Amino acid sequence: MTVNGRRRRTQQPPLLMVVLATAGLGLFVLPLVGLLGRTPWSELTSLFGNDTATSALRLSLVTSFAATALSALFGVPLAWVLARVEFPGRSLVRGIVLLPLVLPPVVGGAALLFALGRRGVIGEPLYSATGFVLPFSTSGVVLAATFVAMPFLVLTVEAGLRNLDPRYEAAAASLGGGRWTVLRRVTLPMIAPSLLSGLVLTWARALGEFGATVTFAGNLPGTTQTLPLAVFVALESDRDTAIALSLLMVAVSLTVIVALRDRWWGTG
Amino acid sequence: MVGYWVTATPGLDAHLSVARGEFALDVHMRIEPGCTAALLGPNGAGKTTAVNALAGVVPLLGGRIALNDVVLDDPAAGVFVPAEGRHVGVVFQDYLLFPHMSALENVAFALRSRGTARAQAHAAARAWLDRLDVGGVAAQLPRDLSGGQAQRVALARALIADPALLLLDEPLAALDVSTRSALRRTLATHLRQFAGPRLVITHDPLEAFLLADVIYIIEGGHITQSGTAEDIRLRPKTRYVADLAGANLVRGLARDGEVEVDGQTLHIADLDVSGAVLATVHARAIALHRTQPEGSPRNTWRTSVERLEHYGDRVRVQTGGPVPLAVEVTPGAVAALDLETGGEVWVSIKATEIGVQSL
Repeated sequence: MTVNGRRRRTQQPPLLMVVLATAGLGLFVLPLVGLLGRTPWSELTSLFGNDTATSALRLSLVTSFAATALSALFGVPLAWVLARVEFPGRSLVRGIVLLPLVLPPVVGGAALLFALGRRGVIGEPLYSATGFVLPFSTSGVVLAATFVAMPFLVLTVEAGLRNLDPRYEAAAASLGGGRWTVLRRVTLPMIAPSLLSGLVLTWARALGEFGATVTFAGNLPGTTQTLPLAVFVALESDRDTAIALSLLMVAVSLTVIVALRDRWWGTG
Repeated sequence: MVGYWVTATPGLDAHLSVARGEFALDVHMRIEPGCTAALLGPNGAGKTTAVNALAGVVPLLGGRIALNDVVLDDPAAGVFVPAEGRHVGVVFQDYLLFPHMSALENVAFALRSRGTARAQAHAAARAWLDRLDVGGVAAQLPRDLSGGQAQRVALARALIADPALLLLDEPLAALDVSTRSALRRTLATHLRQFAGPRLVITHDPLEAFLLADVIYIIEGGHITQSGTAEDIRLRPKTRYVADLAGANLVRGLARDGEVEVDGQTLHIADLDVSGAVLATVHARAIALHRTQPEGSPRNTWRTSVERLEHYGDRVRVQTGGPVPLAVEVTPGAVAALDLETGGEVWVSIKATEIGVQSL
């Protein structure tokens, strides 16, 4: 048995598998090669220094972190309710929460506009009462990003809560821990790996958000023009800037993946 | 809201009625302070449900739980004190130490939950760990503790909050057989130091017989028998109890392959054990004879038949002194040996059939 198993492990993998796997990998590698091949390395520092790039980067960082914070604020309780409270229509609620994952972001942005736009169902009374307008503002960018990114947080945190043995919380309660103490000192620390993955996925999704943002918040440099939007605009006019900005996003994404490698696939 | 109720005696007075799907638990227990009770029963008898009801994890459907005159749960009166307000210390099955906290932080948890300052809580936790001889593992995470260390950390965690009732759910089940008897002894010592009522939940009769003053037998959600280990062993009321009481337990002093029990010397196979021991002989491993037997069994004596009890295809014969034993034989054997209450009979036991455990 052991000898057999050992031999099988060192055997050559089937050729077809290797060919298909290589082709699949190529799909990920080739665009990177293309990007790096066209990068104007000597002008890179000056390109990063221009106003469009810096303001887009700043805006992207601010809005993506704000969206992640909002997602945590509302998403964790939402995940808790979905995992722990039994109520009629729970699967319907879960479906609604997960809808933005499959919905084209442009459609999401349009829906947000119909609801919260100046003439929207909620937006109109809000505007006439307070003069506050969400679309085409930085807050609008944050809202659009939260809309598309929060499902990742709800999904991972709910899974984490479901995998947590509820007897630990019972043990904490028997030791005199009130609800908040138990949540803060036992539940959340015990689902920390799920929570962290959820937060990172949410942040990455918010950072890359394009469709809902451009539909709901528009493309105003300095106010709503995030990195992905700036890349798209620059492709038409200033190819070098587009490449520099793209490179910036690749660098950020790689950093996140490297930082999380232990969580996702271990060091082995 | 905590209701107050005047009861005749302090301690635990619990009538638990809980329904879980098709299963219904309905048991009544009373445990005096300083007394250890065991809730003994097979898997699925409702033991864990009883723990959850007492700890406040599951509310009662009916009945009432009163602890030192304080009513903790009484659905008829609309009283339910949640787990965090009960002062019930629980050592859970598998211990359930918080995996992300060190042993010290686990023990300090109850005090920290009450708002005790960190330094003070940690000092108290350290004192408890020292008291239970596990001060050395204070900084370790639960995954690095041995079963015995984890058990003591769990005990310290439950005791630090000065509970009014101590519940232990299968406290020895997570340990391997080789360490179990040693840890049972230290557990017995630690239990005696706790002044309130104690309840040990177990499926192991030996554990119940050795740790508890009073045993409640639970079967199918109901108490089928209760009493001291002696009561239960000598007068089993159900087939299950007769089975688990099948092992005769006698205390004695061991030396050089012999155990001295009430003036009678038992020969045993183990030559190394010495000191206070618990000798166990299964009722089925004892033979009865009309006249003095000859042959290999080295333990033989004449005694009287005290009682005969029929359990279906088996008869339980209770013999008299010098070492009273329960012996299981077939109805055919009863007829062949002409056994009757008050009659005379010879008992024989092979030395290899006697198990010996150090106490």
